[in-house]
Amino acid sequence: MDYEAVIGLEVHLHLNTRTKAFCACSTQFGNPANTQTCPVCLGFPGSLPVYNRAALDSGIKVGLALGCTIQEYTKFDRKNYFYPDLPKDYQISQYDLPLAKEGFIDIELDNAQVKRIGIIRVHMEEDAGKLVHEANESLVDYNRTGVPLLEIVSYPDMNSPEEAYKYLTNLKAVLSYLDVSDCDMEKGSLRCDANVSIRKKGAKELGTKAELKNMNSFKAVKDALEYEVRRQSLVLDQGGKIIQETLLWDEKAMQTVSMRTKEGAQDYRYFPEPDIPAFIIDKAKIEEVRLTIPELPKEKLARFMKDFGLSEKDAFILVGSKKAAEFAEGCINDYPGKEKKSVANWLIGPVLSEANSRNCAISELKISAKGLSELIGFVENGIISNLTAKAVLKDMIDSGKSAEAIITEKNLAQVSDEASLNAHIEEVIKVNAPTVESYKSGKANAAMFLVGQVMKRSGGKANPKMVQELIKRRLS
Amino acid sequence: MPDTVLNSLTAVNLLDKLEKGAISSGAILEDLKSRIADKDGKVKAYVRLGPQIGGVSLGVQDSQLKGIPVSVKDNICTDGFNTECCSSILSGFTPPYDATVIKKLKKSGAFILGLKTNMDEFAFGSSTENSCFGPTHNPWDLDCVTGGSSGGSAAAVAADEAIFALGSDTGGSIRQPAAFCGVVGMKPTYGRVSRYGLIAFASSLDQIGPFTKDIADCALVMNIISGHDEMDSTSANIEVPDYAESLGKDIKGLRIGIPKEYFIDGMDPQVKLAVENAIQRLRSLGAVCSEVSLPHTKYAVPVYYIVATAEASSNLARFDGVQYGLRAKEPSGLIDMYCKTRGQGFGEEAKRRIILGTFVLSHGYYDAYYLRALKVRTLIRRDFDKVFKDFDCIVTPTSPTPAFKIGEKSSDPLKMYLSDIYTISANLAGIPALSMPCGFTKCGLPVGLQLLGKAFDEKMILRIAHAYEQSEGWRKIKPKL
Repeated sequence: MDYEAVIGLEVHLHLNTRTKAFCACSTQFGNPANTQTCPVCLGFPGSLPVYNRAALDSGIKVGLALGCTIQEYTKFDRKNYFYPDLPKDYQISQYDLPLAKEGFIDIELDNAQVKRIGIIRVHMEEDAGKLVHEANESLVDYNRTGVPLLEIVSYPDMNSPEEAYKYLTNLKAVLSYLDVSDCDMEKGSLRCDANVSIRKKGAKELGTKAELKNMNSFKAVKDALEYEVRRQSLVLDQGGKIIQETLLWDEKAMQTVSMRTKEGAQDYRYFPEPDIPAFIIDKAKIEEVRLTIPELPKEKLARFMKDFGLSEKDAFILVGSKKAAEFAEGCINDYPGKEKKSVANWLIGPVLSEANSRNCAISELKISAKGLSELIGFVENGIISNLTAKAVLKDMIDSGKSAEAIITEKNLAQVSDEASLNAHIEEVIKVNAPTVESYKSGKANAAMFLVGQVMKRSGGKANPKMVQELIKRRLS
Repeated sequence: MPDTVLNSLTAVNLLDKLEKGAISSGAILEDLKSRIADKDGKVKAYVRLGPQIGGVSLGVQDSQLKGIPVSVKDNICTDGFNTECCSSILSGFTPPYDATVIKKLKKSGAFILGLKTNMDEFAFGSSTENSCFGPTHNPWDLDCVTGGSSGGSAAAVAADEAIFALGSDTGGSIRQPAAFCGVVGMKPTYGRVSRYGLIAFASSLDQIGPFTKDIADCALVMNIISGHDEMDSTSANIEVPDYAESLGKDIKGLRIGIPKEYFIDGMDPQVKLAVENAIQRLRSLGAVCSEVSLPHTKYAVPVYYIVATAEASSNLARFDGVQYGLRAKEPSGLIDMYCKTRGQGFGEEAKRRIILGTFVLSHGYYDAYYLRALKVRTLIRRDFDKVFKDFDCIVTPTSPTPAFKIGEKSSDPLKMYLSDIYTISANLAGIPALSMPCGFTKCGLPVGLQLLGKAFDEKMILRIAHAYEQSEGWRKIKPKL
């Protein structure tokens, strides 16, 4: 039977505030276990939480950027459950008055139509610690305990794993522009849980949903959803029933594993956090935060297309992350030549592939906008070939040296001197008589072979355009 | 007998003598130690009595309190000294930090006794019988309870085993034992004194306050412990007046309300008489006393037991055997560790309240209990707002009865809960309230008079209390031990 998936996503985002949500401990990642703790984040008796204003500002910023309404009267609530990574055995979170409500992220479908994915709520909470399981015991690292989190909950508006993937990509782009989080899934600073159900195509009512956890990348989210949609389809096709349960994604086995069913669901006994009075976010505060929101990916994309004559596809690649977009814009603006598009081509071509092979963003490469524009200048002026330029680029990134220095050092400048080029050409004509003949008999391709031979003899330094020209002239 | 003289003096008196160089702070401490050694076997105001009596004082020699010792309830964190809430589950817990009130007292030159005072486990009780160390005995009649939950602090001050003490009050835990033991006890306005370092029972109701031998000492201690604290989001950023200024003023023309709902059937006639006499005395001092109504008073006890237990069930979740305190031996897994630890570590009343609180917050019951209780709490607060538009102070009995016998009510939690019927409303409304002696029953048990004031107007309460105190001699009568 033909089914349609119904998917909603919950994204947890670590805010990059200097200190934790309710105490002055550092939020730095990767330090020795339990070195960033105090009585407050350890939940010691008698300690009290004091809310981090910077985290609140970040929350407002995210809410505004996602087009949400900011709740003017808001409060914290306690979510009660027992777990050793939760020192107070309750999490300070928000229940019925989340910081922000009713926003959206737009995604583009394959048919180029734009689909709006609604966001139900954005709320503030604190992270739990990390359990480390050893042979006979479990240890807890509380460094992460109390790190401020935002939970961004979407409506179940996505109808395919692909749409979920696009939603996450676009959401992450917006978040990275806001500079409120490093959005790094590997470090756990961005995490995603998915709710998925299926129904007959065209049906109105929702099917029974499953909650998917433990996906460590957007691709994993997509894989897990694809698996789960297949699994649920199979169950229904065989006349079975979907049970409401929480499933863990096993990335190695590429399958979901049941963690708990609804019967085992917790009653979190939410109630207003009495240690933090409810508070009002006044309009002035909201406007103050609004001013800190930079140009967002959607607007940047439109501007790149308009100002630099880029295609939507090319522009989309460049605006994916704020730093990369800023770097790209810097390169394009710094480029003195007219053909701005050639810089963009360099960025989404050789520069991006260098970045990918080094597993980093283009903005993290050891190359400046000025350096890149110089390199492109050398190509356009015929000093070096495109091919050589790619090698120079790699060298620039590796060594941090300028293109000019590398070209001089390695003597890479193209030979454009007619006399020396002609010497090579004469040699090549002499030893490739049959090819010369076939060229003369009308096979234009043969000329390219000859050009290649000249390039080879010159150690790649001959100016290919000139060589082509000279050969044509010589043989005509 | 100069020795017994020192420990029976108030802090203000002692400071006067220290000022004049007549005594040394060391002598006060020595005197107090010997008094404790002598009497605490009977009273049992302190717990974990051992060689470790003293704490450090950070204050300089000429600082305000000049080394005067203070006794601290076992639920207020003292850096380096056990703070166990008189519960087996916190057995051995030594906080690595001071509560804000302790910091302030240290800074003022107080000497913090490392010995802590007895209390009902986690402040759950009105008799100090629910302590894992056993009950404290009322210095006026050793067979009677001290009231609770801060019974140890009240008894220590009454028995001259303390110069002054700190307690905490969630539903009357300072005022009711102060009444039973014949001393002064104040619950400040919610937010006046930082709760940082007070091991929470019910966060929206808890306040730390002083037990003293008279009103002047109460003003002195309030001056030190009050004020905004950045570590406590619920502490109020409102200027603290000089409470000592409220002493020695007349009360002519002040308007005092007497709530009719507080003079109920089942109230002990001797308590009633003592309170009525006190009201007469206030009148004779020039106050205008008239009947007022607080119509939602009858809901205070049920509202309190919903709000307080709900918060307690969450606040006490952290005692799970993971980080500190008791961990049950040889658990068979995580859930078993939780169950055994909490099963062994909590006393009966703690378990009762955790179960009650868990129930009222449960899915499907929240609206009917917790949410409704919050609404009624607002009505109770409005009752007071209305009365305080026309009145400066409200006067009531502190408790419907004097101290009862140890064991008399411990098997009947409902009866015990009603012991706080007059004190609970002040916590629900967040307003300040004080209990002070206003006479004795025929059997020689003290009776407490409760004064309630507008939020953040402790000064008015102290002014009226001081005028009344100076017109009577109750504070001069001491228990015979």
